[in-house]
Amino acid sequence: MKTDTIAAIATAVSDAGIGIIRVSGEEAVFIVHKIYQNKEKRNVLAQYAANTIHYGFIVTENGDILDEVMVSVMKAPYSYTMEDTVEINCHGGALMMKKILSAVLHAGARMAEPGEFTKRAFLNGRIDLSKAEAVMDIIHAKNEFALKTSVNQLKGSVSEKIKTLRDQILYEIAFIESALDDPEHISLEGYEQKLSDQVFRITEELEKLLLTADDGRILKEGIRTVIVGKPNVGKSSLLNLLMGQDRAIVTDIAGTTRDTLEETIRFGDITLNITDTAGIRDTEDTVEKIGVEKAKKTIKEADLILYVIDSSEALDENDEAILKLIEGKKTIILLNKSDLQEVTDKKAIEGFYASVFDHNSQFIEEKDISLLRISAKEKKGLEALKNLIEEDFLHGKIVSEDELYITNIRHKEAIADALESMHQVKKSLDAHMPEDFYSIDLMSAYASLGRILGVEVGEDLVNKIFAEFCMGK
Amino acid sequence: MNELREVCDICVVGAGHAGCEAALACARLGFETVIFTVSVDSIALMPCNPNVGGTSKGHLVREIDALGGEMGKNIDKTFIQSKMLNRSKGPAVHSLRAQADKAEYSRAMRKVLENQEHLTIKQAEVCELLVEEQKKKAETSNRTRKITGVKTFTGTVYECKAVILCTGTYLKARCLCGEAITYTGPNGLQAANHLTDSLLDLGIEMRRFKTGTPARMDRRSLDFDKMEEQFGDERVIPFSFSTDPETVQIDQISCYLTYTNEKTHDIIRANLDRSPIYAGVIEGTGPRYCPSIEDKVVKFSDKDRHQVFIEPEGLHTNEMYVSGMSSSLPEDVQLAMYRTVPGLEHCKIVRNAYAIEYDCIDPKQLDPTLEFKDIEGLFSGGQFNGSSGYEEAAAQGLIAGINASLFLQGREQIVLDRSQAYIGVLIDDLVTKDNFEPYRMMTSRAEYRLLLRQDNADLRLRHIGYEVGLVSEETYQAVLQKKEAIEKEIYRLKNTIVGASENIQDFLKTHGSAPLKTGASMAELICRPELSYEVLSEIDPERKSLSADVKEQVEIEVKYEGYIDRQLKQVEHYKKMEKRKIPADLDYNDVGSLRLEARQKLIAYRPVSVGQASRISGVSPADISVLLVYLESHKDKKA
Repeated sequence: MKTDTIAAIATAVSDAGIGIIRVSGEEAVFIVHKIYQNKEKRNVLAQYAANTIHYGFIVTENGDILDEVMVSVMKAPYSYTMEDTVEINCHGGALMMKKILSAVLHAGARMAEPGEFTKRAFLNGRIDLSKAEAVMDIIHAKNEFALKTSVNQLKGSVSEKIKTLRDQILYEIAFIESALDDPEHISLEGYEQKLSDQVFRITEELEKLLLTADDGRILKEGIRTVIVGKPNVGKSSLLNLLMGQDRAIVTDIAGTTRDTLEETIRFGDITLNITDTAGIRDTEDTVEKIGVEKAKKTIKEADLILYVIDSSEALDENDEAILKLIEGKKTIILLNKSDLQEVTDKKAIEGFYASVFDHNSQFIEEKDISLLRISAKEKKGLEALKNLIEEDFLHGKIVSEDELYITNIRHKEAIADALESMHQVKKSLDAHMPEDFYSIDLMSAYASLGRILGVEVGEDLVNKIFAEFCMGK
Repeated sequence: MNELREVCDICVVGAGHAGCEAALACARLGFETVIFTVSVDSIALMPCNPNVGGTSKGHLVREIDALGGEMGKNIDKTFIQSKMLNRSKGPAVHSLRAQADKAEYSRAMRKVLENQEHLTIKQAEVCELLVEEQKKKAETSNRTRKITGVKTFTGTVYECKAVILCTGTYLKARCLCGEAITYTGPNGLQAANHLTDSLLDLGIEMRRFKTGTPARMDRRSLDFDKMEEQFGDERVIPFSFSTDPETVQIDQISCYLTYTNEKTHDIIRANLDRSPIYAGVIEGTGPRYCPSIEDKVVKFSDKDRHQVFIEPEGLHTNEMYVSGMSSSLPEDVQLAMYRTVPGLEHCKIVRNAYAIEYDCIDPKQLDPTLEFKDIEGLFSGGQFNGSSGYEEAAAQGLIAGINASLFLQGREQIVLDRSQAYIGVLIDDLVTKDNFEPYRMMTSRAEYRLLLRQDNADLRLRHIGYEVGLVSEETYQAVLQKKEAIEKEIYRLKNTIVGASENIQDFLKTHGSAPLKTGASMAELICRPELSYEVLSEIDPERKSLSADVKEQVEIEVKYEGYIDRQLKQVEHYKKMEKRKIPADLDYNDVGSLRLEARQKLIAYRPVSVGQASRISGVSPADISVLLVYLESHKDKKA
């Protein structure tokens, strides 16, 4: 089993009360020893007896005090994980907890995988065998969630940047490797200088990213929300209502919204990034067609769909198309125009849904779909929508602030690893090592950045080699 | 008619590079072995390029040799030119490649086979595998059936306990040259058209791959003045660790380099509709590494020329191999296209280029031992497993032969892992990853390649060959002594400190190296890029004279120690997961919390270890955690 030392914030990351950073593994004591000092400013943690608690300070490399803390030292097997464990009780405060965790990671620990403390506790025999199922569920759920959060919470511009950097790194590796595999067709003559320039540039970009990671700027804010519906069911009116101003062009000519609009609004305690889409219908108009294509893409990336239906009209094949597009997405169906005679109601929608998906159960209860009646014109139902979103998104169904912080630290760790690998490449370049040594560390950098995007390396390299370079006899 | 029945221990089907290694391994380990071939004259045939080795393939040959295989020895006897590729790069990617005299290579291998005790060569087409239900299921596997023999086209039954399938490109083979299609194996040899049905009946999943070869030309029709001559290395290094280097310093034959041009490409483009691949006649998937000239022109349309190497096929033939221009275009287009290439203007084609399609298996049906997961005693190797290349084939053949023998001996079979050998990487990739084309070895596929060098294959693998029984006591002792000499010398270098004396500073200055501020060890000085073990002999009076191969190891191990140590650390982590075995009868439907995709993949691949499971695409680290917890919670029940 892995015996490396892991660390994570063990309590909720909030600005109130005490926070705990847990460090577990063979080197737990040794690692915290490096950053902990007692009142006399001496690093004495390693001398403490097992199962004791002490008052002191967490200090930076320069000896600056980060925070006043209590540390508990537990020796195997008398801890939750049954490994040597140190818990740092600090003054809470999200920023402080992050800083201390960063210091622990810097001192040699690895960020714990989601559910890893529980996994270790189990594998070391702390948790009863009968609870294995529960343990597996926890690991599964936490990982699924972390993965989703990790990618979803990345700002679009940042994930684009990381993708670009990864592509550039992969290209260089593929070039080196193709020349190594087929030296008679591909030459590395003069390549060192070119790589050196690339490494310099990529290193700079990573350093910039690392700075933004420090203040959390690489994370996006808010929930990606998309408004969908047929033309002229009142999507733009709804957006305007949420916005409190006339942002989108509103007419009653179907198809007026030709592009997607994005707005950020504060909705109670939650920030929504709302995109209004062009109405989805079969269209010949090219401009509008582009809008529809874009809408499809936006839907794919969304956290929440607001599906507006004109309740005064019957559902048709355009709604069928929409239902297929948003299948599997967390959705709130808004029955708009509740001020008019109701033609389409919950029952009608369910019947329609069943006919589309050849499915006869009560989908609204089963799927991640809620239903709400509103009137954008009479500004009715807005409060209920607010409550519904808040309830869903604050009560665990969507990312809480804790997860954001943890995501951020994970991203930061990955970027720092990639940066370290690039420094190693630079070292190899400076020492004029043979080219095959460069690709070793370039590959590590590539893999580290992949962790942020939640992607594995797999056959990327071999595919890239064959795609970019003409190889072979 | 009376049915003829023969009895032996092991049947090897096919006598190509995989079959030869497999059969030799079995016979050398004392098992009565019969090797079947459709033509005795095609034993160890090289139907495509006239080379052995090359990048990463050279590593495979060295590893085969270290384990006690034949390929390295055979090419040392029959090569006509040799080069160490990538010499200017790091030691991990140095690779030997030799031009073979094809006819001699074949003849020499046949001689070895013919004179091998316990080995019988039989010209016959095997049509059917004989299999029966196990009376008692083996405790450690799911194999409910076992092999009992094979049946040939003439009706003879060979009863045996193990079968190794090495059918190469012969199963339902079809050759295409433009519109002309023949139902033959390579070089017009008879195809094997019956075995596929028997395999399908046994529930084995088949697929169809394709590969191709260029034309052979009459040397007298070529104008070498228009090409660049390519020479072999001045000092030839043998493939085999057992070959005396002095015996391979022969007069070498040259190869020649020329290029295609826009005219060539125009002809190809104008006739693409007559190419079986572009016309959709070919159903098999070809290797991306060996693209046809059509493919190169279409996919890399921005390149205005492609290299063409003209290589002799042997000393006693005028045939020349046109490397880089394999094709399945019709004969008239081939001739026109070849004749646009400088030096080939008046070429006469002896054998046309062609593409060949054949049946093979999806290797996920195999364990890493190369035994079928469902049938005890059935092993396979080579192109039948979806690989490409003589060396890849030979490597698998050897492992299949070793494991079939170990199986009959009731001993634990061997699996080389990814940190031990390129052979390990090759087989693990085959049985673990989704392969959609003939698999070719590449150095980039080996993640621990600093450790898997061609120069240290003996240090890595001799002991395994010895334990199996293919490497002699004497050879093994020699490797142990070599190892000891290397370790001793490295220890000495690390502990020999030189001071900043005038003598030393002068030495450093003359070699463009920075002066010392304090004392430094000899090892530290070797790490400086501008210095080497050899250069330092001047200031290292205590140095004993050591053999060249020991010195080479010392230099590499010391100079690249930092990088090597980092890979060793990674290997440590990797090994932990490899050691966690998964019971063969594990029911993945019983493992809660696995994601659906992971569950399906795990059921399809049935990995033998947690490490192997983690490399299956679609199985996430979280799934692996879940699996570990499951295994842990069921450990006691098993025990």
